Amino acid sequence: MTLLKVNNLSIEFGGVRAIDDLSFTINSGTIHSIIGPNGAGKTTLFNLITGVYTPTSGTILYDDEGVTGFKSYELAARGMSRTFQNLQIFFNMTAIENVMVGAHLHLNRGFLASFFGLPSIKAGDRHCRETCLELLDFVGLKKYADIDTESMPYGALKRLEIARALASKPKILLLDEPAAGLNPAESREIDKVIKKVAERGITVVLVEHDMKMVMEISDHILVLDYGRKLTEGTALEVRNNPDVIAAYLGG
Amino acid sequence: MMMNLKSAKTGGILVLCAVIAILPAFLSNAFQYEIAILIGFNAIVCIGLNLLIGYGGQISLGHGAFVGLGAYGSAILTMNQGWDPLLSMVIAAIFTGILAFVIARPILKLKGHYLAMATLGMGIIISIVINTEDQLTGGPDGMYVDGLSFMATQIYWYWLVGALLVFSVWASLNLIHSPIGRALRAVHGSEVAAEVVGVDTTQYKVLIFVVSAVFASIVGSFGVYYSNFVTPDIAGFFHSIELVVMVVFGGMASTFGAVIGAAILTTLPQFLTFLHDYEHLVFGLILMLTMIFLPKGLVPSIAGLLKKGDK
Ligand SMILES: Nc1ncnc2c1ncn2[C@@H]1O[C@H](COP(=O)(O)OP(=O)(O)OP(=O)(O)O)[C@@H](O)[C@H]1O
Ligand SMILES: [Mg+2]
Repeated sequence: MTLLKVNNLSIEFGGVRAIDDLSFTINSGTIHSIIGPNGAGKTTLFNLITGVYTPTSGTILYDDEGVTGFKSYELAARGMSRTFQNLQIFFNMTAIENVMVGAHLHLNRGFLASFFGLPSIKAGDRHCRETCLELLDFVGLKKYADIDTESMPYGALKRLEIARALASKPKILLLDEPAAGLNPAESREIDKVIKKVAERGITVVLVEHDMKMVMEISDHILVLDYGRKLTEGTALEVRNNPDVIAAYLGG
Repeated sequence: MMMNLKSAKTGGILVLCAVIAILPAFLSNAFQYEIAILIGFNAIVCIGLNLLIGYGGQISLGHGAFVGLGAYGSAILTMNQGWDPLLSMVIAAIFTGILAFVIARPILKLKGHYLAMATLGMGIIISIVINTEDQLTGGPDGMYVDGLSFMATQIYWYWLVGALLVFSVWASLNLIHSPIGRALRAVHGSEVAAEVVGVDTTQYKVLIFVVSAVFASIVGSFGVYYSNFVTPDIAGFFHSIELVVMVVFGGMASTFGAVIGAAILTTLPQFLTFLHDYEHLVFGLILMLTMIFLPKGLVPSIAGLLKKGDK
């Protein structure tokens, strides 16, 4: 079943088309990777899909609803979340609090109830803390729960972003280079986490330079170059495509 | 750790209650009570302002104007319209809240210097209106206002302000440790990350701007009933800066920091009366030195040192 459908999507920055007339679909329940050389437009595409940027032209259909121009928080309410290539951690909070922000939409957010510290808010927070601890455990960060994020190692922060995104209970999760800057052991950990996320039935969209990881876990791969679709298909199809080889070796 | 957090909160409130309860033993004259009451008023405004600046990461250089709106709103409604003082206070607070809401959206779209300039401009405009609408406000000469009939003596005021302060600290801590408070801190931490997990960042910025404005307005109303007099200085630029300095000095994103900042910087000028003309200079200097040596402010810096000592 189609979960996300992108039609003729383009965005211009000062006359430069970072995404150029791009169309593709993503089926639910799959791991869908997007690869391409540096500057190909992968992060820009994520920003377009998740409502951080508004496209210059083209449409986005998510879950049978036209969502072009929707704000990020409106898409989050419809089950879309993401992580960032350049860390976007709430450094003014502990690890567990970061994850609890992820659960924002599923909590009682009444102003007066919060202001007067009503038991319903406290009970909600206690329950939220439990589920968020489970998520920290899920990504292997339980021991960091009450640590200030400022003093956590880089690799842990990468996983913390995944836990925070999961707390919003997404249907689709977009991961922008989750393994960038990690050592091989940490990469394998991320690899496992992504597989476990997919096993939960969450559709994963993955941008990653680690080709070994991409080839191994992707159901489908889309190759971008200069904001355009170079090709798409299974790992095997993409790997043997001469254009891809040219773009990577010649790029 | 969860327990720790809770006990830090209750512990802090208990200490505050104890200080308020014991302090009268050391206050020997009306002037000293006056300062204690002023500290309470300033601390409450700073608690509200700290929600905006310290937690939400948004600057306001115009909060004196909101104190002024509460003060003049109450003064005008009670004296010119003959309304009940407490009703006047509520109406003034609602009016201030609505005004803050209307201007918040366009203002809070701005960031950094632009936000500072916009709030500064807003404060100046409100201040000018108060100065020039002299039929209503008495202009630069100020306005006499009746007090609250049931507040017979200054001691009553001491306990009222003390109770209001404890309530404000308690409510502020409640808010910070709720989903709303976390969303607010998330706005400070990373707006884009907050948005992709469903936080409507604009909504929270507006909310906290309004809340901090209402805190300021209510203090302005009580302040005018206490002192029976109000002048446009209350809404002026220097008052706004004073409030920001108290928050920054005491410690951003620390409710008790806001209280301590207000306490120290309300008391200090009383000891510096001999350099009265240079009071502004001293405030500027304190702000500069704080930014250089204690960028996180007094209370968080000390808390950080204690934490390090633990290890
Ligand atoms: N906000 C922006 N303003 C101007 N140009 C932009 C903006 N965002 C992206 N670009 C440009 O769009 C192009 C694609 O950038 P993007 O970050 O999407 O590439 P990428 O495929 O994610 O690269 P990498 O693998 O290095 O992360 C680049 O040329 C970049 O300079
Ligand atoms: Mg990128």
